[in-house]
Amino acid sequence: MRLSGGPAFCYTLRRIALRGPLYCMLLILAAVGILLGGGAGAFLARDPGSRWTRLGPGAAHAACIVAALGVVLSWRGFLPHAVRLPWPAPFGSLSFALDPLSVWFLLPLLLLTALAASYGAAYMEDGRSHRPEGGRRPGTMWLFFDVLVASMLVVLTARNAVLFLVAWEVMALSSFFLVTWHDDREDAREAGWVYLVASHLGTAFLLAMFALLGARAGSFEFEAFAAASAAGPGGALFLLAVVGFGTKAGFMPFHVWLPEAHPAAPSHVSALMSGVMIKMGIYGLIRTLGFIGAPDGWWGWLLLGIGLLSAVGGAAFALAQHDIKRLLAYSSIENMGLVALGLGLGIMGIVAGAPAVTALAFAAVLVHVLNHALFKGLLFLCAGAVLHATGVLNLNRLGGLLRRMPRTGACTLVGAAAISGLPPLGGFVGEFLLFLAALQATLTPAIAVSGVTVLAGVSLVAGLAAAAFTKVVGIGFLGHPRSPEAEAAREAGGGLLGPMKALAVACVAAGLAWTAPFVFVFARHPEGGAWPLPAGAAIRDLLAPTWTVGLAAALVVLLFGALALLRRRLLRRRDARETVTWDCGYARPETRMQYSGTSYVDPLAGLFQPLLRTRLDFDPPAGFFPRSSRLSTTTPALFRKRLYEPAFGRLRTTLQRFTLLQHGRLQLYVLYIVVVLLLLLVLQARSAP
Amino acid sequence: MRAWTWLHPVVALVLAPLLGGLIARTKAVLAGRIGAPLLQPYRDLARLLRKESVYSRTTTAVFRAAPMAGLAAVSVATLVVPFGGAPALLAFPGDFVLVVGLLAIGRFGTVLAALDTGSSFEGMGASREVQLAALAEPALFLALAAVGLAAQGTSLSGMQAASSVESWLRAGPALPLVAAALLAVVLAENARIPVDDPNTHLELTMIHEVMVLDHSGPDLAFILYGSALKLWVMGALLVNVVLPIRTGSAWTDGAVSLGGMALLAVAIGLIESSMARLRLTRVPQLLVGAATLAALALVLVLR
Repeated sequence: MRLSGGPAFCYTLRRIALRGPLYCMLLILAAVGILLGGGAGAFLARDPGSRWTRLGPGAAHAACIVAALGVVLSWRGFLPHAVRLPWPAPFGSLSFALDPLSVWFLLPLLLLTALAASYGAAYMEDGRSHRPEGGRRPGTMWLFFDVLVASMLVVLTARNAVLFLVAWEVMALSSFFLVTWHDDREDAREAGWVYLVASHLGTAFLLAMFALLGARAGSFEFEAFAAASAAGPGGALFLLAVVGFGTKAGFMPFHVWLPEAHPAAPSHVSALMSGVMIKMGIYGLIRTLGFIGAPDGWWGWLLLGIGLLSAVGGAAFALAQHDIKRLLAYSSIENMGLVALGLGLGIMGIVAGAPAVTALAFAAVLVHVLNHALFKGLLFLCAGAVLHATGVLNLNRLGGLLRRMPRTGACTLVGAAAISGLPPLGGFVGEFLLFLAALQATLTPAIAVSGVTVLAGVSLVAGLAAAAFTKVVGIGFLGHPRSPEAEAAREAGGGLLGPMKALAVACVAAGLAWTAPFVFVFARHPEGGAWPLPAGAAIRDLLAPTWTVGLAAALVVLLFGALALLRRRLLRRRDARETVTWDCGYARPETRMQYSGTSYVDPLAGLFQPLLRTRLDFDPPAGFFPRSSRLSTTTPALFRKRLYEPAFGRLRTTLQRFTLLQHGRLQLYVLYIVVVLLLLLVLQARSAP
Repeated sequence: MRAWTWLHPVVALVLAPLLGGLIARTKAVLAGRIGAPLLQPYRDLARLLRKESVYSRTTTAVFRAAPMAGLAAVSVATLVVPFGGAPALLAFPGDFVLVVGLLAIGRFGTVLAALDTGSSFEGMGASREVQLAALAEPALFLALAAVGLAAQGTSLSGMQAASSVESWLRAGPALPLVAAALLAVVLAENARIPVDDPNTHLELTMIHEVMVLDHSGPDLAFILYGSALKLWVMGALLVNVVLPIRTGSAWTDGAVSLGGMALLAVAIGLIESSMARLRLTRVPQLLVGAATLAALALVLVLR
């Protein structure tokens, strides 16, 4: 019998899937190859406008399709899809595998990469941009973009510590070049420098952790780590993992690089970095938890403390920012704080033997990781569209954009509603699960206090996030324009709008239809075997409320529709007059009299003044006919100014003493070599018989 | 026993504006006036629905959609809150998170609609609203968690079913603490004295009223009706906690709860007649105090 067309294709796919798991993994590796090739091709393009440059985004698209195919094919049964090839690097092997945890983090990576590549291509090619790229070659950007995506693919599938660390390092370096792509701007160079140092310090901790793990297991394969997970206490390993992976994830106080680096990169890269790259830290932490043995209570408390600090601190700093992209970066810290709270609560559940708490808390982690990728990716793309149209990111110079850029505005509104945790959008589901886990924890006497901590913290953070994002929409997109640039803004082109719309739809869909895939991830997480999670059916019961939430949300939408019909009927035969905003009789209203972003958040940010230390620079009006007056506020990066800069300053003065040895005089360096060689010779001669 | 499951949404939708009438009448009587009829809020709504709407040229679709979204969301919340000793229609673990989320939809809309007008008065109201909401939310969550812990349940209906006079006697002084915290949250969230003054028309001192200055006609009716429903929903949470009296008869239990709602309205009227609005800088202290009381109640229940 001959099959034709679609059925034949499905049949072939099925044959491939049955032939062995190897193919799925090979497809992912092929995607890595495509990315590297396409990136190199784009880099070698001579002329910035040449067709070869399109190889960059084109390769990203092709790689996403190929890798997605691999993911889909691996769906059948989730056997360990492993590939292992020898690699001459010491302790290294090219071992790759796909498991549910990897796939879960691959989903946002593939989706966001494809959309960011489309957006980036349109952004680079559109000559109307308000921020001319200053003769910078897009090819260079595409090379590092593609390498960054390839490295993340490898990070998620690597099953050997050396391979993992190499990919991790490539990820850090390629994103460094993306952050400093605008190297004509001093803030970008500075941000890149901070990022490079922070990344490498973080990697040093990971190096130590993997070295200890390797010494314990006698091998650097992840399989061996997992097999040796019961071999001794893992406290030190856990600390190393929290610092190392936490630096990438942007946990406070290891976050200093994040609010500098993410805004400095081009917007589609910021979306990829905030949406996906920081999640590699979360992935690493979850993966490591499977290696280092049974947790202790203090592990949970440590993560809860870090989570609370990051969530509340991130939200408070986000509130005080004027620059949209910086605000979004701080909000990423807040969201990673929520994830850390979930991880900490889950660990508390393991320690206390409360599987329901663990399941709900880890569910919250996974769901929030995915949702954050969607809405933060969306919001960074929207910020990019605003920058493209106005050249301005300062909220106090924007306003009235919804009238001028209705589609961008609508997408931003969806993203803001999702990140503020409004039902039924994705952000609410993650927070809801976290609340549910915390409530469940309060009912378990041994960990009740941690449950209460999470409850109080998350409810405060939800309010702060809502304030920060009503600021973004309300000040940036509503009201009157506050500057000529905002006045002249025009809607973004289709190339920018397409990816934004796709992500907005995804934000809505993620709130309504998400439980099924994730139940599946949990029930079969391989290292989950070590954790006392409830069985699949019990998990489904625990998560059943989310369906009722969907039902309630559908009711809200229905009622809204009914009210809209009613309102239309009521207003049908009446005039709906348009006039000026009610100004209490004031004769000459002016756009500058509107509340600004700074004044909008002032009461709430004022409560966090001890943390924020916002500085006022105020020239008050003087005399009866004041000529001018001026007010500006700045919120310094507290941890950087108070903690890291003094510490690094001290380190530098200490190390300065060694400049005696390293001074740049070549002759003396040659002398060092000669002296050392002579010493070695003498030692060798003495020890020889 | 389950009569109130179906009855409560209907009763809430019908009786919610009456709470406002009761509060106004209480204040009038205490001030020595005759006061408006109890049904005045209904007449106001009917009149507003017949009026035309006036829109500012600055505003966008956000301004027009916000009142409808808020009303739709708070109406659905009446399905989640139990009443009269019967479980709610939509009852599930953690359902009060949904109630808070639904109320947050309304707030998000109102705040954006206020900022949409570009008026500095309304910006000021929005700014205060988000500040107070961020502080009220932890107090509400902690108070409800204390109730849940005392009742060993995580859904509002389960809490209501499991809490009784005896369970609160066991928990000791936790009940008054929770009730005080919830009352503070109800007053703050519903724009009542001592947090906000619903009667003043001096924009500088207001929060909620100033945000809806530019709404008119049916839009304003939706907003007023939504606020009445919000007061009903949050009041029902408080009444469920304070009056866990179960007689076994659905009608008696329902009557007890309805009486509780009326008492709450009178109590709000008493509070509004007997004290002045707090200075705005003091309001955060009130709400943080409420959160502290709720946390203390939690500790007492945990003990």
